[in-house]
Amino acid sequence: MLIRKRSEIPSSEITPEKTYIDRRKFIGATLAGVGAVAVGRTRLPSLLAAEGDSGVGFPADDELTPYELITSYNNFYEFGTSKEDPARNAQEFVTRPWTVRVEGEVSRPADYDLDDLLRPHTPEERIYRLRCVEGWSAVIPWLGIPLRDIIERLQPTSNARFVEFTTLLDPEQMPGQRRRVLNWPYVEGLRMDEAMHPLTLIAVGLYGRELPNQNGAPLRLVVPWKYGFKSGKSIVKIRFRRNMPLTSWADAAPREYGFYANVNPEVDHPRWSQARERRLGKFLRIRTQMFNGYGEEVAHLYNGMDLRRWF
Amino acid sequence: MVLTRRALTQQQLISRVVKPAFFALALVPFGLLLRDGFMEQLGANPVEEITHRTGDWTLYFLLATLAITPLRRLTGLNQLIKMRRMVGLFAFFYACLHLFTYLVIDLVFYLPEIAEDIVKRPYITVGFTAFLILTALAVTSPIRMVKKLGGRTWNKLHRLIYVAGALGVLHYLWLVKADTSRPVVFGLVLVGLLAFRIKLLRGRDIRFRGWRKTGAVAHNDRLKSIALWEGDGDLT
Repeated sequence: MLIRKRSEIPSSEITPEKTYIDRRKFIGATLAGVGAVAVGRTRLPSLLAAEGDSGVGFPADDELTPYELITSYNNFYEFGTSKEDPARNAQEFVTRPWTVRVEGEVSRPADYDLDDLLRPHTPEERIYRLRCVEGWSAVIPWLGIPLRDIIERLQPTSNARFVEFTTLLDPEQMPGQRRRVLNWPYVEGLRMDEAMHPLTLIAVGLYGRELPNQNGAPLRLVVPWKYGFKSGKSIVKIRFRRNMPLTSWADAAPREYGFYANVNPEVDHPRWSQARERRLGKFLRIRTQMFNGYGEEVAHLYNGMDLRRWF
Repeated sequence: MVLTRRALTQQQLISRVVKPAFFALALVPFGLLLRDGFMEQLGANPVEEITHRTGDWTLYFLLATLAITPLRRLTGLNQLIKMRRMVGLFAFFYACLHLFTYLVIDLVFYLPEIAEDIVKRPYITVGFTAFLILTALAVTSPIRMVKKLGGRTWNKLHRLIYVAGALGVLHYLWLVKADTSRPVVFGLVLVGLLAFRIKLLRGRDIRFRGWRKTGAVAHNDRLKSIALWEGDGDLT
């Protein structure tokens, strides 16, 4: 179990003390820095305050992946297909103003200014493992809002069984979209119960800072028990649907990528094994856990489903 | 047979300048890898970075090896043949580092998985096959092996480099997720280099431009080129 109230588990048991103290210092320094930059717009001071309260922990062996690695090694094909491309090509990406269209099976379809969409919610820190379908992984302290909180406010109709997330289409700003590596724009989706799961997050920051452009600014999905490609980045549209959306990777290679894409060490990618993963910055591989270690929380969503078929 | 003064100079140039210079240059990628490794400049996923770099250089040297014959014919610089073994051995050198990275850093504790990978993962199957071919070619690369096997057999065996090149490109193509542009470029270069040879086989009258002494057709040239390889001047 990853998310715990502080009362249940002392932080000294979760995080090596030095790391923890360094983090306190780091966050304090960031807070001071952020104050000077963009307080009103980003609401970061409140995000950081929330971090102090939420007390989200992680297993002792899950050392946080350094900020520099998380922000320099990215799969964000809109900005190029090599891992270094997004950090290089997303620097000038404009994320304000930002509009998110909410449509489909929802009682209040509308175009929301991002700040209006997020204002009623208080972002919290969630430390999650991220497992890429390619076999690498990271441990990331996200700042985000549980997607269910946002969905509850948007009031989907009873017809809504799936949610579809569309990434910005803007080849001017996103050089990777000038080549048809994927069928742009990038589309991802979740079943309604997956979207409403308390672990599912709309992330707006990491490491106590505003989300860097290369990590999917200004808002991205985080679904920690699924492969990373399920986490749509730079989202401009949330559509509630009756039917399962055709997601980008399932469209590109249906034999290799399914809609569910749950982390599963027993179901190999057709071309490579998923039994192990390598943490960024580490040399040796570690075992991949079922549902990326979140089975206790999410396995019940898939009761009775053949996970080999619904990969 | 006595070579002309000009040829002798060219030979000396090759053996004393070009070869050592190329040798040093060919080690630069390895040196950079070591430097970046020690300075922790290999990025977020160092093992992947090492694997990719050594894989890339294996293919570069493999294609360079295959480019030597076309280059000779196009430029008339027959002495280039003396570079071929060295270039080929560098392909093998980087292939060793590539495989070593996978075997030792990646899987040393999971021996059963290596066997499973080789059988179950097509891109590893073809990559490993290419490596076995390169090993056979490297082992038989000394001149005494040429003599031992006989020119014809040796030539036939070493034509396997075409297969190794194709498997190497396939290995790359089969492991990328969506953006196939780089393996495709490697593939196109390979096809170009092989097409040149097909053209040679068809038009047997294509000659070495600078090969005035013998004026041999392509097939004979190949046999001769083995002797020329070691570059001691006994062409007859």
